[in-house]
Amino acid sequence: MKHLLGIADLDRAEIEGILDLAESFLEVTQREIAKVPALRGRTVASVFYEDSTRTRLSFEGAAKRLSADTLTFTPKASSVSKGESLRDTVQTIEAMGADAMVVRHPSAGAPHRVADWVDASVVNAGDGWHEHPTQALIDTFTLRRHRGASLDGLRVGIVGDVAHSRVARSNVAAMTALGASVTLVGPPTLMPPNLDGWPVTVADDLDAVLADLDVVSLLRIQRERQEQSLFPSLREYTARWGLTAERAARLRSDVLVMHPGPMNRGVEIADAVADSPASLVTEQVANGVAVRMAVLYQLLGSGAASGGAPANGTGSEA
Amino acid sequence: MSGELVIRGGRVLDQHGERMADVLVRDGVVAEVGEGLSATRELDAAGCIVTPGFVDLHTHLREPGMEEAETVETGARAAALGGYTAVVAMPNTDPPIDSASTARHVLDLGRSAPCDVHVAGAVTVGRRGSALAPMAELHALGVRIFTDDGDCVADARLMRRALEYARSLPGAVIAQHAEDASLVDGGHMHEGAWSSRLGIPGRPAEAESTIVARDIALARLTGGRLHVLHASTAATVALLREARAEGVAVSAEVTPHHLVLTDAACAAYDPAFKVNPPLRTSDHVGALRAGLADGTIAAVATDHAPHPPETKDQPFSEAPPGMLGLETAFAVVLTELVAPGVLDLARAVAAFTWEPAAVGGLEAHGRPVAPGEPANLAVVDPDAAWEVEPSALASRARNTPWAGRKLAGRVRHTILFGEAVVVDGEAER
Repeated sequence: MKHLLGIADLDRAEIEGILDLAESFLEVTQREIAKVPALRGRTVASVFYEDSTRTRLSFEGAAKRLSADTLTFTPKASSVSKGESLRDTVQTIEAMGADAMVVRHPSAGAPHRVADWVDASVVNAGDGWHEHPTQALIDTFTLRRHRGASLDGLRVGIVGDVAHSRVARSNVAAMTALGASVTLVGPPTLMPPNLDGWPVTVADDLDAVLADLDVVSLLRIQRERQEQSLFPSLREYTARWGLTAERAARLRSDVLVMHPGPMNRGVEIADAVADSPASLVTEQVANGVAVRMAVLYQLLGSGAASGGAPANGTGSEA
Repeated sequence: MSGELVIRGGRVLDQHGERMADVLVRDGVVAEVGEGLSATRELDAAGCIVTPGFVDLHTHLREPGMEEAETVETGARAAALGGYTAVVAMPNTDPPIDSASTARHVLDLGRSAPCDVHVAGAVTVGRRGSALAPMAELHALGVRIFTDDGDCVADARLMRRALEYARSLPGAVIAQHAEDASLVDGGHMHEGAWSSRLGIPGRPAEAESTIVARDIALARLTGGRLHVLHASTAATVALLREARAEGVAVSAEVTPHHLVLTDAACAAYDPAFKVNPPLRTSDHVGALRAGLADGTIAAVATDHAPHPPETKDQPFSEAPPGMLGLETAFAVVLTELVAPGVLDLARAVAAFTWEPAAVGGLEAHGRPVAPGEPANLAVVDPDAAWEVEPSALASRARNTPWAGRKLAGRVRHTILFGEAVVVDGEAER
């Protein structure tokens, strides 16, 4: 695997390969000295054209635990304000020795363009409304740890602003590839305009489908969506599609609740629900580093050429 | 207007039909059409078709103001190489062509060009959509097409006034870029399965058809002439067909890219395939082809829209919309529509010549190949195979969606008012 641009490019075996690899790196992250020399001498650059401290720190933490060097490109402090193009920027960063670039960009497909312009491996850390593949790997990894290696038959509801969500697109691809069935739930104004070819069912009544779900995954609602008249008010949104305490009380006790963060407590998820035992929110964050270690190792490590499983030897201390 | 020449051994194809004949050109006009003609200069046309020179109703020459993308000279040369003897330059320049002085400037630049350069005038002052541009002043300079192309005249009352006022200007037509700004705002490709999958904000087909429906109603109300630029949806074709049957004065054009390419071309996020209106689905493509074949859509127009390489070398949503077209248009139509039998050759020639000339009131173009007519001619070898190489294009820009495409049909000679401006595929000036 040369790049990770989207889950839609991967088959089930490739996804499972990364998740299996993440299991062994999760063990590494739990050690007293949580570091392995697997990517010593390699350089991972974060190129973030959107603010996302959490995602950037998670990737940089993953790179450091693999002993890679890191470069951080922060647009505000750099030449973007001078009008430098994305192409010139990434070629400059590559010239500084980057072996991989973790790219976050507000335009869908920007990482695909970068992959055409540089020899380095490119990891899509979120492109517009398109994909956020590592978040979907984290979410499926987290679910697997609760529900076993296969997600076959698992019923997942993805609730909220699917139209504008890269997390939703990646999760639909990842979860269905692993055998789950996915229902998209939300107002028609927040559904993609055309779902031909999507292996999903769609519902606009959360209460009607709640009893049939094993997992409820909530998407962040951005306040600007209200200004665009995509729904009348946050209050009305919460009343119809928020996972309120009242709705959560009607869930079976083994139903899992997920949110990729950052949460709008009180909007798409009630405070008490976010902190309840059913919530995997903190675990999703914790698993992020191990999953991103697996991705970077897959692209840059000794297994990169063969796409093979982790050598146990990578676990030895530096 | 230099001397005389004979185009020898070609198949002449015009509104009077088809015949094998030599064409003798003298002093800027066709002197004789027949067998065994001779002149001091001969252009070989064996195996070629000889037609009226092509007319493009929709060319962005970018001058004044965006000369890094194209100039009148480079664009006119690209046009001549594509078989065009006349182009209509769109007014979305900087400053826009909304006054006699700017129009005169562009017309003056065109006098030495290897193609007859006409200009369209803006409908509204500054293309701002709020007040009518001085249409009569522009009309006096020969302007017949008025358009805010690039933007839609959104205000229904202003559109009504433009259509009404145009009735007082013989031959004038209001050409609309039919996209409802509120429906396409922020969109970068056709709204559909591909945009949904790719996460690219969409521009729905209904943004075009709602404006076309409104404008047809306004044309019916006012009796003014309406031309629909770059038709791209099935609903547009249906509306046009119905309105024309009813006798409403509405015409339309379609681009080669909307006749051939679909939104699937955007799958790799390459901005070479970004254009407004956007590439749509095969259902729309099929309807546009049928509309062109049955005459509902009069003309093929290029919407030749050059952009400097650095502006297209960006993420899809940040790159400007638009594609080159002049040097590939006829070959694309021959290869993709005529060769597979979708469109017959005579209809294709009509859509490149006398049909657009009639829409735009270009009296010296699209004329029959007959004695006494202006010698504006294209000579095309329909079997010549070639591959589109962006760096070999005469246009200053490189943003062709046909890069690497193998085409059959190449313009061999172009004659402009009796002068051979393209000979054996090479520009003479």
